[in-house]
Amino acid sequence: MTSARPDSAGPVTASPPGTRWPARAAGRVRLPRQPLVRNLILLIAGAAFFYVLTTSVSTYNDFQIGEIALYAVVLAGLSLLTGHNGQFSLGHGAFMIVGGYTLALLQAYDPMNLALELVIATAAAAVAGVVVGMPAARLSAPYLAGVTLLLALALPQLAAQYGVFGGEQGLTTTPPIAPGSLNSQQWLAWIEILCALLVVLVLSNLLRSRFGRAFRAVRDDEVAAALSGIHVARTKVLAFSISAACAGLGGALLALSVGVVNTGEFPLSLSIALLAAMVLGGAGSLIGIWWGAVALVYMSTWATSLSKQLALGTSASAYLSDAIFGAVLIVAMLAAPTGIQGGVRWVLRRLWALVIGGPPTARAPGAQAAGGRAAGARASGREVAAASANAGSAGPAFADGSPTMQSTGPSRHTEEDRA
Amino acid sequence: MRRRGRRPVLYRSWVAVGAASVVLLAACGAGVGWTSGAGAASTTGVTKSSITIGATVPLTGPAAPGYSEIAPAMDAVFKWVNAHGGVYGRKIKYIYLNDKYDPSTTAKLTRKLVLTDHIFADVGSLGTPTDLAIQKYLHAEKVPHLFIESGCNCWSTSKYPEELGWQPPYTTDGKILGMYIKTHFPGKKIGELYQDTEFGKDFMKGIQMEVPASAIVSKQSYDVTTLAGAMTTQMAALQAAGAQVVAMATIPAATALAMLPAYAIGYTPQYVVDNVGADAPTVGPLLSSFTQLATKTSSKAAAAPGLLNGVITNIYMPAESTATNPWIKVEKAILEKYTTTTVWKKHGLDGNTEYGVALGYTFVQALQAAGKNLTRTSLMHALDTKAKSFHTPGLVPLRYSTKVHYGYMGSEVVQETTAAGTFKTPAGTWPSTKVLSPVYTTTTGRGPVKKYTGKVPSVPKALAKLAG
Amino acid sequence: MRLFVNVLLSGVAQGMVFAAIALGLVLISRATGVINFAQGAMAMFTTFLAYTLLEHGIGYWPAFVATLAIGFVFGGLVERTLMRPLQGKSPLNAVIVTIGLLVVLEGLAGSIWGNTSRGFPAAFSQQGLAIGTTRVAFSTFDVFTVGAVVVLVAAIVALFRWTNLGLRMRAGAFAPEVARLLGVRVGRLFTLGWALACAAGSLAGLLVAPVSSFSPYYMDLYLIYGFVAAVLGGLVSPVGALVGGLVTGLATAFVGGYLGSNLEPMAALVLLLIVLMARPQGLFGTAIARRV
Repeated sequence: MTSARPDSAGPVTASPPGTRWPARAAGRVRLPRQPLVRNLILLIAGAAFFYVLTTSVSTYNDFQIGEIALYAVVLAGLSLLTGHNGQFSLGHGAFMIVGGYTLALLQAYDPMNLALELVIATAAAAVAGVVVGMPAARLSAPYLAGVTLLLALALPQLAAQYGVFGGEQGLTTTPPIAPGSLNSQQWLAWIEILCALLVVLVLSNLLRSRFGRAFRAVRDDEVAAALSGIHVARTKVLAFSISAACAGLGGALLALSVGVVNTGEFPLSLSIALLAAMVLGGAGSLIGIWWGAVALVYMSTWATSLSKQLALGTSASAYLSDAIFGAVLIVAMLAAPTGIQGGVRWVLRRLWALVIGGPPTARAPGAQAAGGRAAGARASGREVAAASANAGSAGPAFADGSPTMQSTGPSRHTEEDRA
Repeated sequence: MRRRGRRPVLYRSWVAVGAASVVLLAACGAGVGWTSGAGAASTTGVTKSSITIGATVPLTGPAAPGYSEIAPAMDAVFKWVNAHGGVYGRKIKYIYLNDKYDPSTTAKLTRKLVLTDHIFADVGSLGTPTDLAIQKYLHAEKVPHLFIESGCNCWSTSKYPEELGWQPPYTTDGKILGMYIKTHFPGKKIGELYQDTEFGKDFMKGIQMEVPASAIVSKQSYDVTTLAGAMTTQMAALQAAGAQVVAMATIPAATALAMLPAYAIGYTPQYVVDNVGADAPTVGPLLSSFTQLATKTSSKAAAAPGLLNGVITNIYMPAESTATNPWIKVEKAILEKYTTTTVWKKHGLDGNTEYGVALGYTFVQALQAAGKNLTRTSLMHALDTKAKSFHTPGLVPLRYSTKVHYGYMGSEVVQETTAAGTFKTPAGTWPSTKVLSPVYTTTTGRGPVKKYTGKVPSVPKALAKLAG
Repeated sequence: MRLFVNVLLSGVAQGMVFAAIALGLVLISRATGVINFAQGAMAMFTTFLAYTLLEHGIGYWPAFVATLAIGFVFGGLVERTLMRPLQGKSPLNAVIVTIGLLVVLEGLAGSIWGNTSRGFPAAFSQQGLAIGTTRVAFSTFDVFTVGAVVVLVAAIVALFRWTNLGLRMRAGAFAPEVARLLGVRVGRLFTLGWALACAAGSLAGLLVAPVSSFSPYYMDLYLIYGFVAAVLGGLVSPVGALVGGLVTGLATAFVGGYLGSNLEPMAALVLLLIVLMARPQGLFGTAIARRV
């Protein structure tokens, strides 16, 4: 058990050059080099994919792809918080507000480089995340849900109280000016995509670092995590703050994309939709967030056209499209409890088994590369241990039941390090 | 939708004047709606036989009740026009999308309307925060942003020349009702109850321009996003402050939720309510079952004249209760014939459907005035120069000019009272309106409230035929 | 003084409604660990059914009883069809299903009954009671509201404490595996928990509808405050739900009455934070950490 002693206080250090695999036997788990390289390759592949996509579709689709990217940023943070740290926020819209207004205020009073503005907006949300996360660290999930729910309800009103935030009219933002002969919508979409890919890159590396392991250890068993030297409260606050920062960046991007930031833009229903989309994609999966983001952007359009085909009166068909939206959510959760990404992975694994003929392994689907385990929402540590043992992927297969420390410990780390 | 991406150029002059970004948009082509080409001028969204326009409105969600009927009522006017050959042979296609009153959804759907549906103009989008979220974008795309369904004082600026309000700005409502309070309730203690948004604040700005500050004894507000139930605390506070007249800037649901607890605590001030929240067939159903004992009546019980009776408000179009008014007859005929059964059967002619018909007809008049050679410039020009002669249902003509982009800026003060009789809608039976004042006009600024002496626009013959 | 009394009384009446919603949430949460976001929407739906019954000329009280019964069956059905397949999976999935259900029910209600706001009849007069010559903000209907909720909470407490069924329900909630081994049919108890919760929700729906603008969305904010009340009370205790509802109702009423209604959500947030800082498990919660 001494092998894994994630210390949340320490900096993320890469293993010395040349060490390609973590020296498990040596008693230290270090950030492996290889995933970083692979993630970079994936990043470039993703960028290339989006480049081709955005240049070959219409301007409106560019706008929507940009929206997908900005929601992916928010969902990435939420996915880290819930999937990896077991915290449960119903109010991430509140941090989007912080990011959005920070950006708008910066642009109004002290315009600077857009990248810098985005960084400051993200930082502001991170600070807000610390403030909320500190009391939140003491709370278990449903209580935290209550606090964050109220936060998402109360914060827009607070913003509406002060003239500096522009009241109901809010503040306008200035979209970035596209260089050369670029379409401005496309340029904005690229900025949003770049942000999303960077966030995914940073988070997937973070989740492989000692921080990531600390997050999961705290999620699985706080007592065991504390016993293995993790500062539980600090870890929870850190996770909360990181996810708030992501929401802040997403909020700032939304403000840019809409051109205006006002209190009506972040209703409580947005916060709830974010949570639903995150779980729908697959909690904890950095690939799953993209499914969730696609659902957020496109689902209402699909539901609307579907309900129109059912040819009802206008108001009835509008309501029906809402109902279809909800029904899809229910059916998806029942059919794929680990989210869309979990379902995709299951299918891929089956296909892999068919092609290779061997037993399915966790390594098989490339989808796993970006980090995050398949098992969407968190189960108890024991279930995870048992599941990974069943999957035959973890090194030492051990039965469940032994002290929780063991189940949170090295076995899953090795699985993830190899994945 | 058929794409109309690659059409010959429009607005050569704008291209010339427009900055590099505009050229970029054109160069990047598809979907933006105008690329260069030789030949005759043509306009996005306009063909020889059709005009495509769009809007974003709440069809579902907490803001939808009532307001979701406006767009179908507008569409009824267009259907009537189309059934009679359209405007200069062009039939109007109206695409209204559900934004649920969420500004970021409005922004997204408006881009869809502009980029993939290639609308000629955005006509009748609803809401202050929602329309604010698209004004910049529509300006950048040079899409006319017409007849915004909001009385915010923010629609008439030189910054956004394509933008036009339609209903009276809330401040003018406040000034006209404020002047009435000042002259008819001198020395009385005045209370305020307002929605804590531009709507309420702009209205109260108008009230405070007329009513002396010393007379206002209590200012209560509510937040529309967190308004769950009866506003007992606000009404109790107004009662405790001794307010004898309560000026209200409330949406219909809030009007009911204020009157209800006031009645419960035996507080019966004189209500002076902005027209937004005073329409009897809209507010009435919320109160109708209230004064009755549930055990004795069903929920579709007779109206509650007790609560709405005596409410003072202002109207800028003929009251629904004036069945003999030619405009009312025409509006009913259009709704009866050209809306889906749900709209007509459930609502009949109420404040929202009347609003929709009037707004739709305003657009038709604008198209007629713009002439056969329809472009965005010709439409805006017609609105800026000829709107005063439009025949629309307003009690005053439309005010549009190159400088002012508000529509109706006048109204008359009326009282809803059973003493004037009652009228029926599918939702129940309601007190009729009694006219208390002449028609007044005023401005959003400090300008005086003036009696309007000009003509009241009459019903054009083509429409009058419809009512038989 | 008059203002104080009126604010106090309206806070009590409001708080009781929050308590009824909180009670439903508590019943489901303690049995299955799930927060039922569809609690309000289910109540809305059954209340619309009651509205339909009333429109067809059925008397108020038969409709009232029928609605509670419909709520009971509806809750059981939801548990059987939607929640049961997710048992053993993460409770988060079940939470998302309830969010889906919320959206479905609001959409269905909108397409069936249309989107006008309307009035809904109350069981008794809503005219405030007269004390001397002045009327206070407390009507016969409010008396009924308080009475109905208190009776409901008392009945639930009695069920848990003094009946065999209640003992099994507590056992099933506390340690489902052990209870199952001891021959308790835990699945049925979960169904019963949902059924009871939704009957309580239906009651809340009938109590709220006359004092709000009755539309497919009228329960949304009540659900939020009901949830706050449940969390304040500790999420496991029916009495906690009652106290939590009362505290939430009074806090929002006083802040709304004296500081401004737009501060109500902020006030609820501050209250919640203060209580949870002192007692992270809520006022009546057990100290065992629960997880979602």
